Amino acid sequence: MELITPEFGLFFWQTIVFLVLLFIMAKFAWKPILNSVRNREQSINDALASAENARKEMQNLKADNDQLLKEARAERDAILKEARELKEKTIADASEEAKAKADKIVADAKRSIELEKQSAMAELKNQVAELSVEIAEKVLRKELSGKKEQHQMIEKMLGEAKLN
Amino acid sequence: MTAYKSLVISVYLTLAFAIFPLFTFAQEHESPEEAEEEFNATEMIMHHIGDSHGWHFFGEGENSWTLPLPVILYTENGLVTFMSSEFHHDTEGEHVVEKDGMRFVNLHEDIYRLDADATAVEFDAEHHPLNASKPWDLSITKNVAAMFLTVILMILFFSVGLARHHKKNTHAPKGFNNVLETLVLFVRDEIAIPQLGEKKYMKFMPFLLTVFFFIWITNLMGLLPGAANVTGNIAVTVSLGLFTLVLILVNGNKDFWKHTFWMPGIPTWVKPILAIVEGAGLFIKPIALMIRLFANITAGHIIILSLIGLIFILEHAGVAGISVPFALFITVLELLVAFLQAFIFTILSALFIGMAVEEHEHH
Repeated sequence: MELITPEFGLFFWQTIVFLVLLFIMAKFAWKPILNSVRNREQSINDALASAENARKEMQNLKADNDQLLKEARAERDAILKEARELKEKTIADASEEAKAKADKIVADAKRSIELEKQSAMAELKNQVAELSVEIAEKVLRKELSGKKEQHQMIEKMLGEAKLN
Repeated sequence: MTAYKSLVISVYLTLAFAIFPLFTFAQEHESPEEAEEEFNATEMIMHHIGDSHGWHFFGEGENSWTLPLPVILYTENGLVTFMSSEFHHDTEGEHVVEKDGMRFVNLHEDIYRLDADATAVEFDAEHHPLNASKPWDLSITKNVAAMFLTVILMILFFSVGLARHHKKNTHAPKGFNNVLETLVLFVRDEIAIPQLGEKKYMKFMPFLLTVFFFIWITNLMGLLPGAANVTGNIAVTVSLGLFTLVLILVNGNKDFWKHTFWMPGIPTWVKPILAIVEGAGLFIKPIALMIRLFANITAGHIIILSLIGLIFILEHAGVAGISVPFALFITVLELLVAFLQAFIFTILSALFIGMAVEEHEHH
């Protein structure tokens, strides 16, 4: 058996064996293995893609949530602001009203005080007048107790009336 | 801890492989009748890298441990079969086997059929037999048996092992099956797809995978002590190379043949010259494949055997101190070469087929 001369027998067997092996392996090993690997790779790719999608969706959802949250916060702020304004306005209104009422009360009070004062003054005047009349009566009665004095008086009065 | 353990075990195993042949030769030469005989390194090496009709493990002559293998001969009187053990380990053409009225001898592992009236081989001056002729020898030789072993291993690994896992499960396999799947994917992703393209690789995957694993497993088996040198045999590589050639010839598209025999885009007078070169290249490519694989594997075996043979040439056990570590180193290197040659054969086959099926964009 020479080193570099191909032996026909071995060549024959190698060819037959290889062909049979090729057939067996192709049918019972490579085909199922490669198909299964390809399916698995496909499913892994699909899973990765769907994970990526889910991640994106999550991101979108999160963005939506953030947006919603932001809006809600803004709305809350607006409401709070409005409430504050309302409160302030209410307080301002109330204080104004109260001031007006107070002013009115004060004014009424002043007026009634004035009236009271006037009526008191009037009464006082009346009293003073009555008192004066009484005093005058008493004085007159005392002064005009004699005839002489009465004539004097009448004369004086008549003198005065001539002047007019 | 386990990594360290497996390292130690693998070192011991490799050492065992490297030293094992030493014992077999030692035993061969301890037998009394041959103790005096001069140690012939060339003969020993040729015997170990060559094919034989029995699978010899160790021992010498009638006491040797040899697995008898069937001898199948096709003569003009039809098929003749008998076990190789009928030669009684004789390879010098001395022991004549009579079968179906014909006489056969084993002369240096070639089976000769003696002429009708001859009872013993007669030699001419150059030790060629005068009165015998070679019938067609279709014997299950050591190499064929080793080839069957590879086939059995591949069917066990892939059909029974990995493919069955894939039939039952959709998830990735674990353990050894995972290793096998990684290798299958290596062939697909590193060899087939880059050379053949996404569209066409599936058609050639069975061939590429089969040839890759056949060569690799056979190479590795060849490194075991007492194993056959299958991929280092020219008949085997010729057959493998022819498969690649046939695939190129059968699958070559119109563009490929045009580029081979009437290359566009060059002056007309150059075209015939290039046609000759390209035409020759068509056959040189697979021839290079067969020679590369054969030479690399055989060379590795020869180096290891030569290093071990040094001990017997120099007739001093101390040489083993140098020879064995060197042989161990080469054996480890051969583990790499075993993979590398399988890879190169497969990737070049894929490349050549890829060139034949490639769609050229038109200039």
